[in-house]
Amino acid sequence: MSLIRIYGLFLRHFFLITRSFPRILDLIYWPSIQITLWGFISNFFASHSSYYNNAVGVILTCAILYDFLFRTSIGFNMLFLEEIWSRNFTNLFIAPMKISEIITSLVITALIRALIGLIPAIILTSPLFGISILDLGIYLFFLFLSLYIFGITLGILVSSGLLRFGPSFENIAWSTMFLLAPFGCIYYPIETLPEIFQKIAYSLPLVYVFEEARNILINNTVNLENLYTALKLNAVYLLLAVILFYYSFSVARKKGTLINIGE
Amino acid sequence: MQYLVEVNNLKKNYGLKEAVKGISFKIKDDEILGLLGPNGSGKTTTIGMMLGLLKPSNGEIIIDGKKIEDNRIEILKKINFISPYIELPKKLTVNQNLIVYGKLYSVSDIKQRIEYLSEKLRLGDLLNKITGELSSGQKNRVSLAKALINKPKVLLLDEPTASLDPEIGDFVRTFLEDYKKEMKISILLASHNMNEVTRLCRSTLMMKDGIIIDSGTPNELISKHGRQNLEEVFLKLTREKNEFN
Repeated sequence: MSLIRIYGLFLRHFFLITRSFPRILDLIYWPSIQITLWGFISNFFASHSSYYNNAVGVILTCAILYDFLFRTSIGFNMLFLEEIWSRNFTNLFIAPMKISEIITSLVITALIRALIGLIPAIILTSPLFGISILDLGIYLFFLFLSLYIFGITLGILVSSGLLRFGPSFENIAWSTMFLLAPFGCIYYPIETLPEIFQKIAYSLPLVYVFEEARNILINNTVNLENLYTALKLNAVYLLLAVILFYYSFSVARKKGTLINIGE
Repeated sequence: MQYLVEVNNLKKNYGLKEAVKGISFKIKDDEILGLLGPNGSGKTTTIGMMLGLLKPSNGEIIIDGKKIEDNRIEILKKINFISPYIELPKKLTVNQNLIVYGKLYSVSDIKQRIEYLSEKLRLGDLLNKITGELSSGQKNRVSLAKALINKPKVLLLDEPTASLDPEIGDFVRTFLEDYKKEMKISILLASHNMNEVTRLCRSTLMMKDGIIIDSGTPNELISKHGRQNLEEVFLKLTREKNEFN
């Protein structure tokens, strides 16, 4: 892999973001609004629910974690869609970039985009609601890592669809996270789901992440098994997503989608 | 004789439809080869395969001695492409776009390369302007600079002067002639502008329905078909056996 080429593609998106104040504002605005809204909801539930009364920040913390996942996944998709919208797709795919370099560059850029949005939102929570996500301690890193990997995995899966089916797949890009959110058990324990949905939920890493976040905040204990399982599942899904991306690129070359997307 | 590009029995099928039906041609070092044909004749598909965007159904493309299917990334470093149908990121400045593509092509002396291309293509005043705010002629020159950022050995041009006014079109053609002489590169020029092809190309291929129906120098084709100019030859060949005539 060439670091210069990876940096080159990163630079293309860095220039795009830093040239436009509305783009930076857009990255910060939505997470901040989302977190503020959930902050008030969290405060309300904390004072009216026996389940949450020992852990004021549970809903808000889970909202922050979910927003990070959402921003990472959408961020990856946006980077890919940006090339289609700007009709730069062909230029990118005739540049001597390996698929692994494209993925690596987008993975790094998506993380930076997500952090630009999330850090101000996290900072807001302390003075506004007296809550710090850092209460999760060192385990916060592993929870974020799991969500980051899963967000990237979803981004790669959707980008594979864009490669294979072209811009008509764009609507799926926006809806993926909403489709999976009910199974993620973000704001409620897994027992809330019907049994059949629980089986689906257990096959996704999300439920282990959010169950563990609640476990740490409510019970003040850590179940490392949840963190391991989430990371193991993430590794499997990421591998499958990368394989699918390579396969979609190969099919796109056979079917001519790369040319049709580019023009 | 040295051939920088060799295309052998190239075929491309989309399902049952045969877009390119086993064409072969070669491009010498320091040569501009014209690729002519009506819309849907297979020109863009052929270029797509040469750029590695399409996988051939059969046949092979050898560029600088290597098969593209086995050495895609290595060959992409040595070629480049310009078409009015693709654009550079609109929100970036011209300079930013050239820096980005300089990095993507691993150009070692990007600053010097941009200075050289700016001078040759008269981009000095445009470097700090937003690419999307440029006129068609200015965008065309910027795209040309991007296409030359990696000092390509082979340049693929798909209607490079379409939608340009005569003055800018002439500037681009003169630039291409001079650049080819200076750098000894090979160029494949797909164009519907027969005057342009007559002026720039030493030899031409005429495509129709996925096959090469004739080839030769512009003068050879004109004389062979007893016509006044290449446009008349083009009309004669493309109308032959055409269901609408």
